[in-house]
Amino acid sequence: MSSDISYKTVSFKGGVHPAKDGKSLSGDRPIKTAPLLEKYQVIVHQNIGAPPKLLVAVGDKVKKGQLLAEADGFVSVPLHAPTSGEVSAICDIPGPMGVPVQAVEIKSDGEDTWTELLSPLDWRNAEPQELKDRIHDAGIVGMGGAAFPAHVKLSPPPDKKIDYLILNGAECEPYLTADHRLMLEEPDKVLEGAAILGRSLGVSNVFVGIETNKEDAIAVLLKKASAYNVGIVGLKVQYPQGAEKQLIYAVTKRKVPAGGLPMDVGCVVQNVGTAAAVTDAVKAGIPLIERVTTVTGEPVKEPANWRFRLGTPIIKAIELAGGVASEPGKAILGGPMMGFAQKSFDVTIMKNTSGILLLDAKDVFQYESNPCIRCGKCINACAMNLSPGPLGAMIESEKFDLAARAGVMDCIECGSCAYICPARIPLVQHFRRAKAEIRRMTQNQKK
Amino acid sequence: MGEYLLAVLILAVIGVFLGCIIGIAAKLFKVQTDPRIELVTELLPGVNCGGCGMAGCADFARSIVTGENPPNKCPVCSQEAVSAIAKALGIEVGDTVKKVAVVLCGGDKNQEKVENLYNGVSDCVSASLIAGGPKSCAYGCLGMGSCARACPFGAIEMLNGLAVVHNHLCVGCGKCVEVCPRNLIKLVPTETKVHVYCSSPEKAPAKRKVCNVACIGCRKCVKAAKEGQFAVKGFKVEVNYDSDNLPSEEVIAAAACPTGCLLTTQTHYEIEKNAGVEK
Repeated sequence: MSSDISYKTVSFKGGVHPAKDGKSLSGDRPIKTAPLLEKYQVIVHQNIGAPPKLLVAVGDKVKKGQLLAEADGFVSVPLHAPTSGEVSAICDIPGPMGVPVQAVEIKSDGEDTWTELLSPLDWRNAEPQELKDRIHDAGIVGMGGAAFPAHVKLSPPPDKKIDYLILNGAECEPYLTADHRLMLEEPDKVLEGAAILGRSLGVSNVFVGIETNKEDAIAVLLKKASAYNVGIVGLKVQYPQGAEKQLIYAVTKRKVPAGGLPMDVGCVVQNVGTAAAVTDAVKAGIPLIERVTTVTGEPVKEPANWRFRLGTPIIKAIELAGGVASEPGKAILGGPMMGFAQKSFDVTIMKNTSGILLLDAKDVFQYESNPCIRCGKCINACAMNLSPGPLGAMIESEKFDLAARAGVMDCIECGSCAYICPARIPLVQHFRRAKAEIRRMTQNQKK
Repeated sequence: MGEYLLAVLILAVIGVFLGCIIGIAAKLFKVQTDPRIELVTELLPGVNCGGCGMAGCADFARSIVTGENPPNKCPVCSQEAVSAIAKALGIEVGDTVKKVAVVLCGGDKNQEKVENLYNGVSDCVSASLIAGGPKSCAYGCLGMGSCARACPFGAIEMLNGLAVVHNHLCVGCGKCVEVCPRNLIKLVPTETKVHVYCSSPEKAPAKRKVCNVACIGCRKCVKAAKEGQFAVKGFKVEVNYDSDNLPSEEVIAAAACPTGCLLTTQTHYEIEKNAGVEK
């Protein structure tokens, strides 16, 4: 590390170090822009919260960046067309969660003409509300994976005083390098986005947290950070460093209370990709219609980061990356720890698709789970201070009320416990089941 | 000899003394309970299934006596037991409608495509949370037996990857209805003979791609039956369970269902049982 770099390295309690980090596959390749495709299938419901209301019908002509659907309620964002062309169908396509979802199919006219864009804003003098409205109008959601509407996080209730904005550049998931490349290649966009988000919140403590395995990105950002009044924090390489609550603890040493939100401790966390999208939206009026996604994995011929438009089928994305050299054993959207295995290659890229990962058939194991040997590794690994082993036992015997009291609802499903478990107990699966059951039970009680 | 006698005597005196204290305490601190609650509890089946929504039979008895619940809210009680309770309490009750559960899916291991390899926790809720479950049909029975484990009466049997209800054991408590993540289980009047064993609302070609025994909505059964016995809902046909004249067994022969999803409970059970034997 060169001597002119100065930042502190911080971390949290617990976590694991995945054996195979796979970042070298795609980490040193520059971001490429995907060519225009013949058609795009844009999934309508891309955000957490209410699905947006469709504004187009089959046969309509749309322009690039035109509204396809408008926000329906506060926790909802609009959706824009990725290119110009004709709406050829509104149909159900396989969704990333395995269930069919509604999508708008746009047949490209090859012209790729922009619609009339929103006027650029001078963010240094703009009102915070004006910035928030713009972020909403551009359809920006959390691009790290959760797809939570960005403007909602920026609008805390008046009794919550926010004094920290943290940009998440940890990218602790193995294999993924999209945020890394984005910070390296477009540092100004990321930092300016951070400053814009800071202004919209009225916060002066703005930090970017980056894991120290991305030294080049840290160096680039450190050189420019002072111009935007943004601090850079080095994070120890440890999974799940990029989880919201762990990141807040690492940077501010504040603990988000059980069942609470980051705003309860005066923090707001946004992804670096979100910040870059915010810069585009505010300075150029460009809505969120494309994102950087890592296409990687051992079977992929040319793993790389690509700028894909929303609605690009993942089979096309893999073809652009040179196709596959060997038969993949599993396809995952997101990273290997928290991503979702896919059963169809017709799933399309969404606002929160951070990676497309193919795993080699020889890397995909089918484990038998064995009884717990009480080694306690899961307890050490849990980043939320829970006791995963005992919790799993409670859930296996269907004692959901006990599990709720023992804090299963605080589980962030990072997968550290299941990763470290020598008995291969599917702990996260147990917890997800318990969460579903407890939610159902509380709903029934309300009735 | 004297020492033994002394010891026995001392113990006897202590015993009598403590006994007196207990006797007095029993008189002084007696808790008044409504004798009717005990009476009703005895008349109730005592299986504590929770089908009435109360915490067990004793709690339900208390709620009957206080008038919170009518006695016929118990899904397990026979008509005789209900009228006995009503007579004991001197209240009027209407007729009980006995219901049984039915799992409206015929997609067993032989009939329905399985798309994904799933080797996780053997529980329907867990399976449905991962990529929507291993089966191709997003509406079919997952076959992991969550309902069978939830049933307090052992009335659901897992046959060939499908949950099948034994009508003579089912009391209609509704526990299984709650746990099924696919909402396939319905409580229907006991005298229903015929069911359409499919719950998928998808269009016929999509269904046929993933399952051999899906209802394709051809309406042959609707035409064969009397008016109002079947209801067409979207792309599938459903028995109109609310109507007074439920379809008879003859409908099956008259309709000649092309996919074979129109079955009696008995034939449905036999198909699944024998399919399991062949395997």
